[in-house]
Amino acid sequence: MTDTPAPHRSLYDTSDRIRRRNASEKRFRVMGISAIVVSILALAMLLVSVLGSGLGAFRQTFVTIPVALDAAVLDKAGNRNPDEMKKVTTVGYEKLLRKALVDAIAAAGLPVGDLTEKEIAGLLSQEAPATLRNQVLADPSLVGQTVTLDVLANGRVDGFLKGRVTLQSAERDSNISPAQLHLVQAMQGAGMVGLAFNPAFLTAPDASDLRPEAAGLGVAILGSAYMMLVVLLLALPIGVGAAIYLEEFAPKNRFTDLIEVNISNLAAVPSIVYGILGLAVFINIFELPRSAPIVGGLVLTLMTLPRIIIPARAALKSVPPSIRDAALGVGASRLQAVFHHVLPLAMPGILTGVIIGLAQALGETAPLLLIGMVAFVKGYPSAPPEGLFDAASALPVQVYNFTTRGDPAFVERASGAIVVLLVFLIVMNTAAVLLRRRFERRW
Amino acid sequence: MTPGILLMFVLALSGIGFAVGRQRALSVAGGDARRLHSRPSYHGAAVLMFTAIPAVILLLAWVFLRPLLAPGVSAVAAPAAVAIAALAGLALATFRIRIDLRARNIVETLIIAILIGCSLIAVATTIGIIVSLVFETVHFFQLYPAQDFFLSTTWNPRFGGGSDLGLWPLLWGTLYVSLVALVVAVPIGLMAAVYLSEYASRRTRAFAKPAIEVLAGIPTIVYGLFALVTVGPFLRDWLAQPLGLGSSSSSVMTAGLVMGIMLIPFVSSLSDDIMNAVPQAMRDGSYGLGATQSETVRRVVLPAALPGIVGAILLAASRAIGETMIVVMGAGAAARLDLNPFEAMTTITVKIVSQLTGDTEFASPETLVAFALGLTLFCFTLVLNVLAMWIVRKYREQYE
Repeated sequence: MTDTPAPHRSLYDTSDRIRRRNASEKRFRVMGISAIVVSILALAMLLVSVLGSGLGAFRQTFVTIPVALDAAVLDKAGNRNPDEMKKVTTVGYEKLLRKALVDAIAAAGLPVGDLTEKEIAGLLSQEAPATLRNQVLADPSLVGQTVTLDVLANGRVDGFLKGRVTLQSAERDSNISPAQLHLVQAMQGAGMVGLAFNPAFLTAPDASDLRPEAAGLGVAILGSAYMMLVVLLLALPIGVGAAIYLEEFAPKNRFTDLIEVNISNLAAVPSIVYGILGLAVFINIFELPRSAPIVGGLVLTLMTLPRIIIPARAALKSVPPSIRDAALGVGASRLQAVFHHVLPLAMPGILTGVIIGLAQALGETAPLLLIGMVAFVKGYPSAPPEGLFDAASALPVQVYNFTTRGDPAFVERASGAIVVLLVFLIVMNTAAVLLRRRFERRW
Repeated sequence: MTPGILLMFVLALSGIGFAVGRQRALSVAGGDARRLHSRPSYHGAAVLMFTAIPAVILLLAWVFLRPLLAPGVSAVAAPAAVAIAALAGLALATFRIRIDLRARNIVETLIIAILIGCSLIAVATTIGIIVSLVFETVHFFQLYPAQDFFLSTTWNPRFGGGSDLGLWPLLWGTLYVSLVALVVAVPIGLMAAVYLSEYASRRTRAFAKPAIEVLAGIPTIVYGLFALVTVGPFLRDWLAQPLGLGSSSSSVMTAGLVMGIMLIPFVSSLSDDIMNAVPQAMRDGSYGLGATQSETVRRVVLPAALPGIVGAILLAASRAIGETMIVVMGAGAAARLDLNPFEAMTTITVKIVSQLTGDTEFASPETLVAFALGLTLFCFTLVLNVLAMWIVRKYREQYE
């Protein structure tokens, strides 16, 4: 004991070393909190950026003008027969709209400067005559009347009202001139132009590059719905069947091990590989049509299956063995025990997994690009089952499709489509959470 | 005769089969169900299955093999075969019904067979993926020399022949983007997991954990648009151009950053689970020796959880390599070998998409190269996944 005794020190005095350790503790904790804050901030930025530019797509600029539907032009025979009225093409309707707009501006006494009639008519969407033609053909009694219509305005006019197009940018724009925008300002003052809710965004089909204002999601929503139908009808029974076999009946051997490893691997295969599979097998070998919801549905089914089987097995596993034993004890066969007792108890868990799997499939884009769903589709697919073989689009692919176009108005529409997609996803995930909360049982 | 109508016919006939089988079983037993081996419904179900299963199998074969059949066979003979199969099954099964027919055993054997068939679809999918990739890749190498694909450093496809299809620029772009993504995701994800599992109060955890997991549920197309519209222009205007590093809004940095955000929950959820599995006794031992909480985490919990965390990172890396939409919309399409992260580069997945979209015919190397790229991608992710799952499973066993 030759050591000199350490100088006495109270526990309440903090040494430098302790102070350093406490500081590093604090730093570590701050790093942890900042990691969480950064993730949540990233989520918030993502949502704000999409919602901020996407909500505008639901409101569209309309020009409100009285249009005289001249019988001498639209219905020369005078018998209001839609078949004969079809002879009048959109050009005829375009002239009517042009005249109506010029007259309305003159009646309101707005200064047109040296704008030609053609430039004034350029404020309207190129899609407007076709819309009017369909409206008249659907209701021939309109002919001969003067009706006040909300006519779709050109995408640039819409951009001007939403702040995307300015007087400066119009100078460099071949599609619109500052003089036209001054007229729009005057018309806005007179209440002839304004933003209004645009239901056509949800129902109309896609439109060509020059008509962003007319592009809608109708075909995409329908196509996505068809694909989800296929996925639900195939993946639910097959996935549950596979889960039941693997969890309840499969003997423990090399072969079933192989299936299990295989399923967990499939769940992590990149989705684009499923697209290649779909292209090589369904389109090349079986010659199913491109862009068809049936092919998309089959590809998404294969992709979703492992993601349904894994939670379904977990749900079956969570049912205690005493349930099976009791059923077997009163003389049920193994199959009866599973189908009459275990499966109903596991069903909420299984359905939760199915809904989450469907939600993932709904948002999947990459495999659909490869099987040709990115094509421009203007016609609605017919009703299933035949409609499953018609060309259609899908919501996430439509988003991608919009972003590949030149006009910035399509970015707004892409964000709007994402808003629709996210609404569907939120509904599905909420349903899954509620299902789990409502029926989850702890044994 | 469309498949839809034929399917309706088969299903209707099966329904009738059920009723007929049930009735016949009862009448064979003289109205006393107790004399039967199986309950009447099982006899009905047996008839139903004998009617439906062969007919539906034939129907599916017809629908899928239609392009291979002669037109006459396809239009008349095939639907007739389906109808005959259904009727024959119905008749056969109905007339076989006896008092001692073991209908329940028959039905159950068939159901088990169907269940096995369901689980074999997963195996068939894997086989389908491998066969279609390998088959077309072999086809590709017959048209384009393999050593050029694996060794060339230029990627310059030209429709019309004379293309350079070297793998390296694409592989480099893929690995570079994934590296940037992991550099973003691993520290944030790991620190978030540490905070959630070691520090957070119950209420913070109940709010923050689901919020972070929402990031995993957002479709990748949304991240892609975020990269294209917000992150790309922001990085270009505030970092790349002032620093003189480039003027492209799609770049490795854009795609990597956004992909990193997407990967945060993949790292954090699995790491969180794994750190929660570290026994409390190990922490208590460390506290008992006077360690602070952060010292315990760094010296005890993290080393103990390390194998599992490595597994989580490998899974995230596999995700990053296979991710498509973010790089399609954020990384650009120019194939180049470059170190500047603000340059546009391209990845394997981007080129698979660009070579296979549009009008594709499967005769040119420019199209078939996509399958070789797909096979490369599949092999990479397969190795990462198997390794990750093996590590995670080994680790789980360690503390169980």
